[in-house]
Amino acid sequence: MTKEERLKKRHSAEKRFRFYGLASIFVALLFVLILVQNIFSKGSSAFKKTVIKTEVFYNQELLELKNGASEKDIINADFYEVMIESLIKSFPAKNIDEENELIRLFSADAEYEIKKAFLNNNNLIGEKIILDLTASDDIDQLHKGNYPRDLPEDRRRISNFQLAIYDNFVENDKISKNFNNYYFTKGDSRDPELAGIGGAIVGSIYSILICLLLAFPVAVLASIYLEEFAPKNKITDFIEININNLAAVPSIVYGLLALQILLATIQLPRSTPLVAGITLALMTLPRIIIPCRASLKAVPPSIREGALAVGASKFQSVFHHVVPLAMPGTLSGTIIGLAQALGETAPLILIGMVAFVVDIPSSPIDPSSSLPVQVYLWSESAERGFVEKTSATIMILLTFLMMMNFLAVYLRQKFEKRWN
Amino acid sequence: MNLVLIFLIIIFSSSLFFYGRSKTKSLAISGNIKLNALPKFYGYYLVLWCSIPALVFLLIWSLFEPVIIKSIIIDTAAKQGAIFNDKNEANLVYEKIKAIHLGTYLGELDSILKESALAYAKFINIFTNSKVVLIFGIIIASTLYSLKKIKNNNKARDDVEVILKGLLFVSSLIAILTTLGIILSLLFESIKFFSVINIFDYLFGTNWSPQRAFVRDASSITPAEYQELKDAFGFVPLIAGTGFIAFLAMLVAVPVGLFSGIYMAEYASLRVRRFSKPVIEILAGIPTVVYGFFAALTVGPFFRQVGENFGLTVSSESALAAGLIMGIMIIPYVSSLSDDVINSVPQSLRDGSYAVGATKSETIKKVVIPAALPGIIGSILLAVSRAIGETMIVVMAAGLAANLTINPLESTTTITTQIVMILVGDQEFDSPKTQSAFALGLTLFIATLILNFIAQRAVKKYREKYD
Repeated sequence: MTKEERLKKRHSAEKRFRFYGLASIFVALLFVLILVQNIFSKGSSAFKKTVIKTEVFYNQELLELKNGASEKDIINADFYEVMIESLIKSFPAKNIDEENELIRLFSADAEYEIKKAFLNNNNLIGEKIILDLTASDDIDQLHKGNYPRDLPEDRRRISNFQLAIYDNFVENDKISKNFNNYYFTKGDSRDPELAGIGGAIVGSIYSILICLLLAFPVAVLASIYLEEFAPKNKITDFIEININNLAAVPSIVYGLLALQILLATIQLPRSTPLVAGITLALMTLPRIIIPCRASLKAVPPSIREGALAVGASKFQSVFHHVVPLAMPGTLSGTIIGLAQALGETAPLILIGMVAFVVDIPSSPIDPSSSLPVQVYLWSESAERGFVEKTSATIMILLTFLMMMNFLAVYLRQKFEKRWN
Repeated sequence: MNLVLIFLIIIFSSSLFFYGRSKTKSLAISGNIKLNALPKFYGYYLVLWCSIPALVFLLIWSLFEPVIIKSIIIDTAAKQGAIFNDKNEANLVYEKIKAIHLGTYLGELDSILKESALAYAKFINIFTNSKVVLIFGIIIASTLYSLKKIKNNNKARDDVEVILKGLLFVSSLIAILTTLGIILSLLFESIKFFSVINIFDYLFGTNWSPQRAFVRDASSITPAEYQELKDAFGFVPLIAGTGFIAFLAMLVAVPVGLFSGIYMAEYASLRVRRFSKPVIEILAGIPTVVYGFFAALTVGPFFRQVGENFGLTVSSESALAAGLIMGIMIIPYVSSLSDDVINSVPQSLRDGSYAVGATKSETIKKVVIPAALPGIIGSILLAVSRAIGETMIVVMAAGLAANLTINPLESTTTITTQIVMILVGDQEFDSPKTQSAFALGLTLFIATLILNFIAQRAVKKYREKYD
């Protein structure tokens, strides 16, 4: 092999090596794109729901109500018969089986929606009005194009008769897509078309607030102690080793801790944001302390010495001068720690937040779910409609995380002083 | 009640602040004394003395009150003829008594329950009253003491700072308390588990199926029953599955992470670096449940489809899908750390290599990487510990049945998956099944601790070498 050939080989090896590096970065970036694209394409349809325009007749004979009935009477009244009559009239059905199939095109909440329209206007007795009734999950998915129509009938959840009704509705412009208010305001449900993340969002907000209230002050005080006051001795070293190790303990171990200490020993209520918040606070604490200490360390000693020189005590120099200067870094570290806590799932599963909760929690000691746990729960459900709901929930969760991270970066860039 | 007390303490102590400040001010003016600190420090001094002892007492009291009342009530119920076979029954009766007291009990009432509920009401009353009296006593005593102190014009600022420093120290102790809490809570249940199952049978058993384990009475187990239990709690398939999935993950994460780290540290222009580093770190910020969802609903079925086209049977919950996605999640842990580590290799080493004619890639391969090796190994070990502690991806994508396999197309299970499976839903404590989750947790905790310890030592040693 001549000198030139060898040189050429070495240079092509150089190029290859460089290409591997570029390719790896590209692979990582590509995956971020694929993931986001996949979630968004699946999830964006969940923000709309399919509704069927139906003529509802508030038949006096089927209702025990008069015009101008009080709210309480309406809530207690039975609108089931009215619903059945109106739904059956929407399409000619031959026998009772076909009628049942027709009724199953509407969501289980159709009766409630009819009642709600009456609550808004209690002079409807004997009148006919057109209402947008929520369609069932199957029709919803069919209309959004997520459900294959070309399967043989026995492998479909929708019968040929139901398909015929659907096509007729589409032809007559009776089917349309509305903004899915249920998704944002309702709690969990077994029916995908009625399931919402209202409860999960409230649960997540309670948990994160409790986590913030507990973890932030303790983390700041602990880092001030370790960075400014702690003598160099065995105890301080031990605390430092402890904090570093705690930051690397798998999150599920914190779940076991919470199960044993918070639930079994102290007997706090299961499945509640209170317990979730405490667990997340314990988990987040070391993850906040580490950036906190870094930003305290970045404040140059001249600041402390200047304060001490004009007669401030050690405490005054730290609390009046060092801590305010370290605040931007501290806050952005805290926000990033909270963002991690917001996406945490495993410990919350162990403390029972996987319970099926329909009601939206009104206080931190009500059973509740949280956004990531809701993702887990729905992803285990078989119904097709939950796939888009899960993806949409992930979109919301990622949006929250992104906002928190941007806030952290903004705080740091805007307020942090550079010392050099 | 507690909230009212805390509120009262806060109101009272903050009013003391203004009292202390104005009192010392007027004292200084009228008595013409030179104060030893600014007047506000006397105020702070009063506040701290008035609130901290009372709050600490309240906290300790609230921790112990339920336990003490419970044991008293169970005792009185036993005296009245209630018979408890074990702790669970006693707990049940106690819960019933509490429900009667709160008026939410719907079951049948008998005389024992009725009497006990009355006794419960009585004790609650006594305890609450004595709590209030004691707290007011403490507030008065500590306030009087501190008032006397400030009358003598003490060095209030120094005293306040000593107390605050104590508070700071206590906050930093929370980290130690957490570690202690983790170790104790894991050990407590694990010891119970290992008293039933021999630790060696657990560590070397090759069968894991805890749902088969039914134990009526843990104190008397026949040899045949033990054999069955032994077959239900064998750790080997779990560690094999965990290790296997972590290995698959590292197959993805190490090359991709390492090469991107090298590229960013050695080749990339500042602009590329500024853009690509944060974008890669997005991968670390995405919640793991999102990866799990992606692995279970997109990647798993995709692999099965591809496998079918090649005539292979791929389980839809394959180790491959879980391992691949976990590897992608871990890329930023490897790339960021190795980027840092490579950046801290001194420039003089590279210059020396260039001076004898090596190309850039030869310099990296033969000089920079060997120099940075301890740090790189440290970062890989940290990534491994991340992989074995990761829960949601494997819970959603890796399968539940424990089978010993090295075929990446089959489903395997991991330690974390089993912990979740055992503890999800209602658990009965005091059964070996529940306790086994804590034994698994302890094993996981120890394994990650050792990995982290070695990794941190390696990185630290390496840093010291070039500092």
